[in-house]
Amino acid sequence: MTPPQRQRRLPAQDPSGRPPVERAPVPGNPTGNPERLFVIGGEAGGERADIDLVTLIVARTEPPASATPEQAALLRLCVAPLSVAELSAYLSLPFSVVTVLLTEMLAAELVQARAPIVRQKVADRSLLEAVMHGLQRL
Amino acid sequence: MDFKDSDTIPGPRTEDRLPHTAEAAVKIVIAGGFGVGKTTMVGSVSEIKPLTTEETMTQAGIGVDDNYGSPSKTATTVAMDFGRISITDQLVLYLFGTPGQERFWFLWNGLFEGALGAVVLVDTRRLEVSFDVMGRLEERGVPFVVAVNSFPDAPRYPLSELRTALDLAEEIPIMECDVRRRASSRDVLMTLMRFLHSLAMTGALT
Repeated sequence: MTPPQRQRRLPAQDPSGRPPVERAPVPGNPTGNPERLFVIGGEAGGERADIDLVTLIVARTEPPASATPEQAALLRLCVAPLSVAELSAYLSLPFSVVTVLLTEMLAAELVQARAPIVRQKVADRSLLEAVMHGLQRL
Repeated sequence: MDFKDSDTIPGPRTEDRLPHTAEAAVKIVIAGGFGVGKTTMVGSVSEIKPLTTEETMTQAGIGVDDNYGSPSKTATTVAMDFGRISITDQLVLYLFGTPGQERFWFLWNGLFEGALGAVVLVDTRRLEVSFDVMGRLEERGVPFVVAVNSFPDAPRYPLSELRTALDLAEEIPIMECDVRRRASSRDVLMTLMRFLHSLAMTGALT
C-alpha cells in the first residue's frame, strides 16, 4: 500500500498565498476574501499600530476614570506583560478589535508595547540556541 | 456595545502571569489539516491551559450598507488555539495551532510572516489533508519540519516513503511522534529548532 502523492504547487500558481476567488470580486475588495467585522470604532479611525499576535502589552497606568469598559478591562489584564493573543482570548474579542483598541491606548500612552522578535533572512543563532535550551528544560 | 463588566473578566491565574522582565516573544506555528492533533500538541507542551483567539468577519461586506443589521448579514467566526512556553525570564515562546481551514489564515496578519518556523502535522490515514498546508508554507517561505502523528489505528509507512509521497526536499526533517506526550511534542519542536539552526549556519556561510 502506498500513501497518496502530493503534487507540489508551482510558485507561479498562486503567489499571493491567498485562497482562490470562489465568487465574483466585490468592488473595493478585489481578492474576494471575506472582510473582518469591526465592532469597536475608535476616534482615531484609519491607521492601526503595528501589532502582532505576540506583541507583549504592559499597562502604564491604573485605569483612568475616563477609560471605556474595554480599556479598563484591558489595563487590569496587563498589569504584567501579556501577549495580544492572550488579551484577545481573555477579553473574548477578535484579534482585529483588540488591535484597534490597542492603537488608541498606545496613542494615549495607557499601555506600552514590546515588539516580538520576528524571523530574519539570516536567523539570530543565539536566539535559536536560547529557545533550544528553554525547550530542553521542559 | 455588549461588553462584560470589566471586573468579571477572568484574567490569567497568578501563576500564569509572565514576569515583568519579559521583553520579547517569538512564535512557532503548528499547522496541518483538520483533526491531525494540532490542539493536542499545543496543549501537551504549553505551560498555560491553551487559549483561543478568534476573528470575526462578514461575507465580503456584501450588502453591508443597504441592509445593515438585517438578519441576512452573516458573520463567521474562526478560532485559533495557542499555548505558551517561557524560555527565559526575558523570552517567551508562543505556539499557534492554525485553524483547520487554511483559507482563513490571512485573518491573523503576520501569523506566519514573523514565525520562527512551523511544524506540519500529518495523519497517515488522511495524508492529503495536510498537502494544502505544505504548499502554503512553501509559498510563504516559512521553514518547516514534518511530524507524523502516530494514531494507533493509522497505517504505518516507512518515513522514506512518506517523504516521497509528501514531495519533501531532502534537507527537511520528517519524524514520527505522539503529540499526546509532552516529551514527544518537545522533541518535534527541538527538531524544528535544530533545523532552523542549521539553516542559520548555512545562511551565515553563503
